[in-house]
Amino acid sequence: MSEVKKIKKGLDIKLIGKAEKVLEKADRSETFAIKPTDFPGLTPKLKVKVDTEVKAGSALFFDKYRPEINFTSPVSGKVVAVNRGERRKILEVVIQADAAIQYQEFKKADPNSLSREEVKEEMLKSGLWAYVRQRPYDVIAKPQDTPKAIFVSAFDTAPLAADIDFLLEGEAEAFQAGLDALAKLTDGKVHLNINPNINQSKTFSDAKNVVVNQFTGIHPAGNVGVQIHELSPINKGDVVWVIRPQEILFIGRLFQNGTYDVSRKVALTGSEVKNPAYYSTILGGSVRNILKAQLKDDDKIRVISGNVLTGTQIPEDGFLGFYDSQITVIPEGDEYEFLGWALPGLKKFSMSKTFFSWLTPNKEYRLDANLHGEHRAFVMTGEYDKVLPMDVLPLQLIKSIMVEDIDQMEQLGIYEVAPEDLALCEFVCTSKINVQDLVRQGIDLMVKEMS
Amino acid sequence: MKALRKFLDKKKPLFQKGGKFAKLQSSFEAFETFLYVPNITSHSGTHIKDAIDLKRTMSVVVLALIPALLFGIYNTGYQHFLSLGQTAEFMDICIYGLIEILPIIVVSYVVGLGIEFAFAQMRGHQVNEGFLVSGMLIPLIMPVGAPLWMVAVSTAFAVVIGKEVFGGTGMNIWNPALVARAFFFFAYPSKMSGDIVWIADKADSFSGATPLAHAASLADFEGGSGAATSIIEQHLSNSWDMFVGLIPGSIGETSTIAILIGAVILIASGIGSWKIMASVFVGGYTMGAIFNLVGANAYMELIPAWQHLIMGGFAFGAVFMATDPVSAAQTARGKIIYGFLIGFLAVLIRVMNAGFPEAMMLAILLMNTFAPLIDHYVIQGNVKRRLKRVKVNA
Repeated sequence: MSEVKKIKKGLDIKLIGKAEKVLEKADRSETFAIKPTDFPGLTPKLKVKVDTEVKAGSALFFDKYRPEINFTSPVSGKVVAVNRGERRKILEVVIQADAAIQYQEFKKADPNSLSREEVKEEMLKSGLWAYVRQRPYDVIAKPQDTPKAIFVSAFDTAPLAADIDFLLEGEAEAFQAGLDALAKLTDGKVHLNINPNINQSKTFSDAKNVVVNQFTGIHPAGNVGVQIHELSPINKGDVVWVIRPQEILFIGRLFQNGTYDVSRKVALTGSEVKNPAYYSTILGGSVRNILKAQLKDDDKIRVISGNVLTGTQIPEDGFLGFYDSQITVIPEGDEYEFLGWALPGLKKFSMSKTFFSWLTPNKEYRLDANLHGEHRAFVMTGEYDKVLPMDVLPLQLIKSIMVEDIDQMEQLGIYEVAPEDLALCEFVCTSKINVQDLVRQGIDLMVKEMS
Repeated sequence: MKALRKFLDKKKPLFQKGGKFAKLQSSFEAFETFLYVPNITSHSGTHIKDAIDLKRTMSVVVLALIPALLFGIYNTGYQHFLSLGQTAEFMDICIYGLIEILPIIVVSYVVGLGIEFAFAQMRGHQVNEGFLVSGMLIPLIMPVGAPLWMVAVSTAFAVVIGKEVFGGTGMNIWNPALVARAFFFFAYPSKMSGDIVWIADKADSFSGATPLAHAASLADFEGGSGAATSIIEQHLSNSWDMFVGLIPGSIGETSTIAILIGAVILIASGIGSWKIMASVFVGGYTMGAIFNLVGANAYMELIPAWQHLIMGGFAFGAVFMATDPVSAAQTARGKIIYGFLIGFLAVLIRVMNAGFPEAMMLAILLMNTFAPLIDHYVIQGNVKRRLKRVKVNA
């Protein structure tokens, strides 16, 4: 196996509420939803109406500009609502699930025996293509591209992240089948990046048809963007694809069983959860039944699909995001704090040592969604550099995005970053600047200008 | 504190859009957010945020300035009684210093914050915290004999021309406190040099020039090396006093020890850039050593390089002025180059131009001007590295 690459820059945010590795039972959710807003840059066109009956794997909508990419229903049942937002933007396509799932049938085959085109076709038809994302731009991959490599990060270093070993437990075969399918899609290699301290299961170390690379270190070491930067940085014109291990399982199941089976485990985490643990659910499921009886009831809370750095806020009866394996519940924190900026701050977490909490480095914190300050112009420098382990100048990149200087953005590395890679920059920002939004804006601008 | 919160919540609508005092919204918010960290929560991006904000950052810097301030108060009294040839109790010394210095601080904050509030109000912006630090820096780099109205005019000039015309906190290109001092220096030169301004109400017979001024006088000294040595022995030999700060000079600049305590606070808290501080000292020492080697006149020959680092405003500038994140270089490598050049130029100007014995201010302002250029080349370096990678891969 290759040498271990250590990521030194970054920040581990220790929070209360890590999920225990037990699989708890919750009532199956009655409704499921696919949210077009989970896919940046997508213009969805509906294929179904309210009351249409669907099977698991039937298309709900497709990409207006790339009609071959389908987004399919995770369960069988009836479309009960198409929720829209401003300017009739589609927010959710909601399905009422049948008691027993009926699957649309797809071709069952050993991916090793199929051609690239056949693998692609199956994935596009079944809706699995949406899991394959590309860098640059961090959007769904273009099917007609051939990437120079495919990268898979097998560990997640984000706060309270789910343990991917546990998510994949007992599914090594499906995982291998998924990897075999992926290997068909590139002329280069499939890089499976593991952390020897976190990934103890054989699922990864015994994986075939892939290159296993080892990484250790603090967050964002588990971000695939950081790993790509270490292994084979993206230059102008390069395309690489990324996919998460949990989603490789779905691909494996498709080829093994011929069904679009997107049942998955999720970690229920966060300080406002009574017993943080793992739950079985299906992609797009409502989180209501999982949260039921698990919430501490003393405070206003915020439910997040995903982790606290990159996740999306959802209502207590909202739906799991398309790419998320984690539900986090934290206090809302919309309260005034008397002289909060001046107090010693033993309960506050900060990268700087301006709060005395630095005396207790291993403490776990109960952090809320308060900004702890107000938006300001850029004042401090050097903060972002401490948490971005890439040869990229984050402050300068963000400034070039703010002034929409495309040449400068290109030169400073917009192709290499995804919003999630700069999430920590946003976390530590003294001036409370919305770094991830800006990165996404910059990417959108690049997509518009370059195509 | 609930009652206070209730009171604020009750009055708040008056200051919001459509309220009776809507025009005073910025001022109300400034007071409200001073008392309470607001209840704003994140709506996009990361859900949790680092606890630090600009108020905390600025208050840490003010905290780091306290040792220099306290020492300045003591030294003001000490120099006063020393010049009169009197001995005084510790408390008397401190009280005298406080009476001299407090008005300068009050004037600086009242004028500066007044203008800040007015600008925020006019623009409908929030009041930024930047002046919390500038308001403390300005008094500390003034001579104790500075007339209050001149302090007021300099402060006003610094806030308006040094900062607000560029858009306020975070947008300025020069360090506002140094703009105040530069204005003072060039507008009222007689109040910023010579030997009468550095000691409050001194006896006429007592020489009150700073060690730097004495040192500068060596540059065109024509009395033979024996006489030069006697000047050094008389005024500069006590390096310990210079290090501790018991010498005439600007209020907060004299004590290297007090400044180093501030430096430790800034570096430990992660607010001040150790890269800039260290490289300023290295730069100053390097230039001093070069002068020692060349040794064209008594100044260059007889003042050892390290003494430059404890004389005048060198240490203060290195720790508190050069590190201003807004006007300094912003890239990691840029900071090192920027700091080195400040130290280098400060000693160069100091020694080569007797007209500007206190050259630290000029060196920092000059490098403030060039900081974006330094950053530009550092950024280009990064871009080139990236482009090279393409060729390697291809």
